[in-house]
Amino acid sequence: MANPLQAQNRRWILTAIPYLWMVIFFLVPFFIVLKISFSNSEIAQPPYSPVFDFLTDGWDESLDKLTSLTTDNYLRLIQDSIYSSSYLSSLWIAGSSTVMMLFIAYPIAYGMARAPKSWRPTLVMMVILPFWTSFLIRVYAWIAILSEEGLLNSALAWLGVIDEPIQILSTNTAVYIGILYSYLPFMVLPLYSNLEKMDDSLIEAAKDLGCTQIGAFWRVTFPLSLPGVIAGCFLVFIPAVGEFVIPDLLGGSDTIMIGKTMWEEFFNNRDWPAASGVAIALLIILMIPIMIFQANEARQQEAGR
Amino acid sequence: MSAKALGPVRRKFAPWNDPSAVPLIKIRDVSKAFGSFTAVNNVSLDIYEREFFALLGPSGCGKTTLMRMLAGFETPSAGSISIAGEDLAGTPPHKRPVNMMFQSYALFPHMSVEKNIAFGLEMDKLPKGEITARVEEMLKLVKLETFAKRKPHQLSGGQRQRVALARSIAKRPKVLLLDEPLGALDKKLREETQFELLDLQMALGMTFVIVTHDQDEAMTMADRIAVMNHGQFVQISPPAELYEQPVSKYVADFIGDINLLEGRVTKNERGHIVLGSEVTGGRIESLGETVAGLGDKAWFAVRPEKVSIDLQPPNDPTVNTASGTVWDIGYVGDISVYHVKLDNGGTMRASIANTRRVVERPISWEDKVFLTWAPDSGIVLTK
Ligand SMILES: Nc1ncnc2c1ncn2[C@@H]1O[C@H](COP(=O)(O)OP(=O)(O)OP(=O)(O)O)[C@@H](O)[C@H]1O
Ligand SMILES: [Mg+2]
Repeated sequence: MANPLQAQNRRWILTAIPYLWMVIFFLVPFFIVLKISFSNSEIAQPPYSPVFDFLTDGWDESLDKLTSLTTDNYLRLIQDSIYSSSYLSSLWIAGSSTVMMLFIAYPIAYGMARAPKSWRPTLVMMVILPFWTSFLIRVYAWIAILSEEGLLNSALAWLGVIDEPIQILSTNTAVYIGILYSYLPFMVLPLYSNLEKMDDSLIEAAKDLGCTQIGAFWRVTFPLSLPGVIAGCFLVFIPAVGEFVIPDLLGGSDTIMIGKTMWEEFFNNRDWPAASGVAIALLIILMIPIMIFQANEARQQEAGR
Repeated sequence: MSAKALGPVRRKFAPWNDPSAVPLIKIRDVSKAFGSFTAVNNVSLDIYEREFFALLGPSGCGKTTLMRMLAGFETPSAGSISIAGEDLAGTPPHKRPVNMMFQSYALFPHMSVEKNIAFGLEMDKLPKGEITARVEEMLKLVKLETFAKRKPHQLSGGQRQRVALARSIAKRPKVLLLDEPLGALDKKLREETQFELLDLQMALGMTFVIVTHDQDEAMTMADRIAVMNHGQFVQISPPAELYEQPVSKYVADFIGDINLLEGRVTKNERGHIVLGSEVTGGRIESLGETVAGLGDKAWFAVRPEKVSIDLQPPNDPTVNTASGTVWDIGYVGDISVYHVKLDNGGTMRASIANTRRVVERPISWEDKVFLTWAPDSGIVLTK
């Protein structure tokens, strides 16, 4: 048997691990990016200044470097309309695809939860299955489907629905399709796990008290599934706001999303401080929905369902 | 199943004996099969207005299934159910004049107590004022006035059960179905609630159909009890008749405690039956009728409280008596049950009311005792 001191040490180590993880993989990178966002852009290696070197810098030098930090990058975010319109358009695209996703995913999750018990694992499997192939490959596949000579246009032409190929690829429509396709499981799974554990006798009780099937859905099933709805919406919305691959591959030049703007700052303009500023601002914007999401999760846990 | 044999009928309420009475619920040849398994097997039953009817039986015998067919959650595989003369086939649950209190209560977790109770009334689109008044009345009835704003998860089990009850009677249905309504309550609260339920039923003039597998509960509350087994009714009778005149060993054994003494019919005439029994080593004489013919196997069933136990041999040691030794005494507070190993094999039980404080029992373990009973204390069963 371990002596109490050892046991205490072990417990301490166990609790320290998640914190350590947070510090190494979240806080340290976060502060590096934060610092860069207050730096000046330089044509140099690294492409920003100042660069602190705590080993060789003296006191005065450090102070000089500190005062050379600037808030210019953030001012630019406000002044240059390209940024605000990127943020707005990202929020809009993410928000509207989240709403569309809800309409698509809810019936799917509902159907899965109502299916015979023995089918359910298979159905869940089918929702998760696409995740076994690379995300990038799946998005590329959509290029093949949506392009002018793609599967969709050929099929429509063959059916005689269209004469001319329609332009879907490189439009916002393609971006929506890409997001809806890629994030579907993030909405379906939380909804399913909520609906699946719902007590059937509640629906029966509602019917017994005079509700029709549809009435029982709106008065009982739906309100009780709200935690699942909220969880699913945020799981889709939060990553969709910062999405880069989908607008880059499927969107056109008029598709502006903040992830793309950031990429351009970083790689095309080599303006690391500006890109960092964009990233930090995005994080702050997403903080609000993330906090709502966490509050929702906490409330759910408290209610024990 | 004749009530006449009970002597003067104590109960005034006995519409099932009145050929002109029209039943409220008519269940005719109803069966329900789940796949190849028959949960309810060809049952017929009449339930009368204002009756308190209990379904009693072991787990899995089909009580809930029968209830669910009444409420409309299961469709009978065969047969018909009508309420107040209206055939319910094809009538969805929300259109039936029936409300159900669920075994699991099924309270809506996202609604407060008052919202739960108001639910059915809102469905009926009653005016707001009336709903408020009715909810208040219900809350008062189940003594939950101060809990109106609470959510179900903030209530105790007993309080939840009362909310479920209030919700199911708020609509004043013709028929209230209660599926093990008191299952989750402790004995004391359970007994209290039983009486509350009875009062309620009287006050509201509703017809109650209650499912239980607690025989005491059924005995105290019900006007009639249907004993079910394997999806069929074994007997449908008022409690006293069920207790005193069970139709089979199964019912006799299911309701209360009973001694079953096997024998062969040696005489059966004009209400007088004699069995020759190896168990007692003598004759068993009984008053009553039986379908058994001479030489047939039959059982004399007699309740322990109707068996006397004595240290002295009876005058006639060949009729209605058995001898043995006491091998256990169960003290249950109000009664003591003596378990007697009979000299001819087998055991019998006799219970004696403890009218005095038992300090030293006159009859003790290992004592040689004689059990006796009167000819009219039991009945002869053939199955
Ligand atoms: N939906 C169903 N599918 C298949 N079998 C079922 C279904 N519902 C009930 N049964 C079976 O029918 C039988 C009767 O069930 P029921 O629920 O009516 O029993 P019960 O008398 O209410 O028992 P308990 O006292 O345990 O509640 C059981 O054997 C049960 O397994
Ligand atoms: Mg049941």
